[in-house]
Amino acid sequence: MRTAFIESLIECARSNRYIWLLTADLGFSVLERFRDEFPGRFINIGIAEQNMIGIAAGLALSGKTVFVYSIANFPTFRCLEQIRNDVCFHNLNVIVVAVGSGVGYGSSGYTHHGIEDLALMRALPNMSVVAPGDSTETTLVTQLLTLSKGPVYLRLGKSGEPELDKSLSTINMGDILQFIRGSEISILTTGGVLDIAKSVVQECNTIGIFPSGYSVPFLKPMNETKLYEILTQSKLVITIEEHKEGGLGTIISEFITTNRIACELIKFRLPEFVIHEVGSQNYLRDKYGLNAANILQSIKTFSLKQ
Amino acid sequence: MRDTERLAKTIRAHALKMVAAAKASHIGSCLSCADILAVLYGEILSFNPTCPDDADRDIFIMSKGHAAAILYAVLAESGFFPLSWLETYCCNGSVLSGHVSKHGVPGVELSTGSLGHGLSVGCGFAIAANADKKPSKTFVLLSDGECDEGSNWEAILCAPQFKLNNLIAIIDYNKIQSFGFVKDIINLEPFADKWRSFGWNVYEVDGHDHNALKSVFRISAVDNVKPSVVIAHTTKGQGVSYMENELLWHYRNPNEGQLKQAIAELDKVQ
Repeated sequence: MRTAFIESLIECARSNRYIWLLTADLGFSVLERFRDEFPGRFINIGIAEQNMIGIAAGLALSGKTVFVYSIANFPTFRCLEQIRNDVCFHNLNVIVVAVGSGVGYGSSGYTHHGIEDLALMRALPNMSVVAPGDSTETTLVTQLLTLSKGPVYLRLGKSGEPELDKSLSTINMGDILQFIRGSEISILTTGGVLDIAKSVVQECNTIGIFPSGYSVPFLKPMNETKLYEILTQSKLVITIEEHKEGGLGTIISEFITTNRIACELIKFRLPEFVIHEVGSQNYLRDKYGLNAANILQSIKTFSLKQ
Repeated sequence: MRDTERLAKTIRAHALKMVAAAKASHIGSCLSCADILAVLYGEILSFNPTCPDDADRDIFIMSKGHAAAILYAVLAESGFFPLSWLETYCCNGSVLSGHVSKHGVPGVELSTGSLGHGLSVGCGFAIAANADKKPSKTFVLLSDGECDEGSNWEAILCAPQFKLNNLIAIIDYNKIQSFGFVKDIINLEPFADKWRSFGWNVYEVDGHDHNALKSVFRISAVDNVKPSVVIAHTTKGQGVSYMENELLWHYRNPNEGQLKQAIAELDKVQ
């Protein structure tokens, strides 16, 4: 995902001289190509996220579209007030990019787990929140964000995520992307756990269950007309995200309640308590039930009740 | 009386009336930087009040956002918006909030109020101006207490690295912060040495001496490589005898009699 992001950004920066890229000293072996091609529009601010966001605000107030890059929680939690006051309050074209979100840096420990970021970012005014599911979505989203107005939080995985849908060719703000059409079970997923959702669908199909599947890269804004249509046509809705409460599952839960939709909701997400275990992304996903087998079991149980 | 001194007297009077009417705080912080603002807006900054977003304008950021009343006063006196707006300061439905707001207020470059934000944003403006080869300079006014915020020191480290010779930080060093004297809370001294060791040009000046301020702002705005800081030694509450150097007037607003006395004292200055 991060490779798709930087390649797309470089491509856009060739024709859009307003694009700048700032990093807080992270992105080794990822950002060099941008730096080398556009040295005048790349700044390594040093390990100083508050200053990075403030500088991004000053650049954006001077007419630039500024991407700021760091990993996990560093470009959000560390500099939250700068994002709130300097960027969101002024509705500036600053795109905060966090790589390795969720437990992408699982073995690095809790400080590197970006698992409350969606909740935090979606609370901010003017802020769009975007979490693409694979590299194709990342490429299209990056292109879109170079032209959009106002602040954006772009949540990316680290690397190695499978490219799942090469056929996707356009994307618009708020789109909910259906990857498979099925019956009255709907699986909604955001970010890099899209591969889990696709595995669940495949395994369901082998036992005669045919869910609909959707990638939800835009948590805010979200196409609510489309969401209403999906939820009202579903008996069971499953959300999958590498995040705690406050993200996709919470958004869907709020929407169901507000709109009095009669469907069952099961949220697959990370636990509310501090994760002390060390391990790879897949180890931690498995440990907390963010895997195809666990989700399949819930679907089976639901189907048996029907 | 020369123009900037007349302007300083006028905006002091505005700020006193605004704070008294609104029963708002921070008059001491407004009065200590009144001369700095009068010199900047009266003689130093390049701006066009009929086109506040003019691309080549100089940028002024009031990082000490609690001194909003005096900034609004100088902007109104500079023609950015009608003087009548000042009467709405902090009133229900007004755009003039108790901490500096850009929204709907022509001439304000950045909304502030939480301390330690302005200098980083100023670095961003300065980087953009250098990249675009624009003549504009960026001035950022900070309070002394504000320098407790660590985020400033990230910006202070970075500005020399990026050779922001078009950036001028100004410290309103009135020696009093929210809970007492700066030296008793978090002592900034040796303050000039700290900036110098971080790679800045450092100028110390009497922050109420207009001639000194003018010459230091002119010198500090022409360095070839380094950013500059003007440490302006000021008196909290300057211009109103009973407010000078009194912590109480960080918070209190003058009653009718006190306001009358304050205005009378300002009027006496020739």
